[in-house]
Amino acid sequence: MIETPLNAKIKGEEFTELPRDLYIPPDALEVYLETFEGPLDLLLYLIRKHNLDILDIPMAELTRQYMEYVEKMRAIKLELAGDYLLMSAMLIEIKSRMLLPKPVEVAEENDPRAELVRRLMEYEAIKLAAQQLDEMPKVGDGISVASAYYQHISQIKPPEVGLDDLADAWRNVLKRASHFKHHKVGHSELSVREHMSIILRRLKDDRLLEFTQLFDVKNDGIPKLVVCFLAILELAREGLLRITQQQAFSPIYVQIASDLSHGHE
Amino acid sequence: MVMSEIGNITELKNVLEVALLTSHEPLSLDDMQRLFAERMERATLRMLLDELKQDWADRTMELVQVASGYRFQARVEYADFLARLNPERQARYSRAVMETLAIIAYRQPVTRGDIEEIRGVAVNPNVIRQLQERDWIDVVGQREVPGRPSLYATTRHFLDDLNLRSLSELPPMEDFTQQEISI
Repeated sequence: MIETPLNAKIKGEEFTELPRDLYIPPDALEVYLETFEGPLDLLLYLIRKHNLDILDIPMAELTRQYMEYVEKMRAIKLELAGDYLLMSAMLIEIKSRMLLPKPVEVAEENDPRAELVRRLMEYEAIKLAAQQLDEMPKVGDGISVASAYYQHISQIKPPEVGLDDLADAWRNVLKRASHFKHHKVGHSELSVREHMSIILRRLKDDRLLEFTQLFDVKNDGIPKLVVCFLAILELAREGLLRITQQQAFSPIYVQIASDLSHGHE
Repeated sequence: MVMSEIGNITELKNVLEVALLTSHEPLSLDDMQRLFAERMERATLRMLLDELKQDWADRTMELVQVASGYRFQARVEYADFLARLNPERQARYSRAVMETLAIIAYRQPVTRGDIEEIRGVAVNPNVIRQLQERDWIDVVGQREVPGRPSLYATTRHFLDDLNLRSLSELPPMEDFTQQEISI
């Protein structure tokens, strides 16, 4: 298998005589350059394209072509991984080692190309395996798995109920009912919104009221007075009331804001 | 006596059938044993599953065994029809992803370094991540060398998705020299 330098030279000459149509101009490859998965992929492409014998690679020719494509890649500013440059160095090294004269009886595994060939063959096997995996039908892509609808109802054991639990529950109901009652009454009594309406209605009739007239201090409790005050503030904030005072400590008057604007017109 | 026994077997098969049809994941023998209150021998289960498979022989779904258990799936001859229901097919994985997957599948367990050695290029972390997110590969340990790199292997889910019971059912690797020139 090992070529003497003389044979290698003859092989080299053979390749320089290849018909031109077997040579792929780098321009034609530009489209594919980005699709190479790395230097091994590119080398395999070149070997296959030129119908080279993987077990007897003409290193000079392969290296020349490889370098040409790598140069082309750099020219079109393709992000060149260091892996490509590393491979260039490796190819050149193998090529130069093959040029050294060797004794004929050198064992086969000492072929400087052996490691490269092993890697190329391994990569090719993986590449083909990857294509096969890719083509296999997969769940969701060619394989449809049964998935009949089933309403999952989680099974819960009915809880045990004792007399004490019932009593507790009843007490809770009473307690909550009393809260609710209190809250409800309070709500209706102390509704700020409700008082806002009441105040607006009174002002509709009386137009202008003194601030203190809005409060029935004798009959209303403090909570109601507070709510009434809050209602006035809220009305003022919403721009519905106008609160005026001529000077400090003089009476404060309250009137409907829209009345004021009408007056100005 | 004989009648009741047959009725019983039919009911057992019905239980297995409804469980398999409604399960979203393959059911293992352990899963199926839990369906029954009484102890069910695995041999009995296998026998029942065999019969169930026969019962469905003329139907559109078939009972198949994959790595993590049994499941019903549409017969392959209907795949083309079903594909029309969801015209937007799943996006293809890049060659980098598929080659990395192939290396892990055929050479497992492997490190990133092993993958880089075979492919001749650096491994993009995204590639590993994509495969892990698909739950096709996972880390099964560390190689006891400096840096303690992670060792990757394929999962049972990978085998399930590819309709395989074990790695031995992967298509055999072909040799370069037997390949025809296809470019």
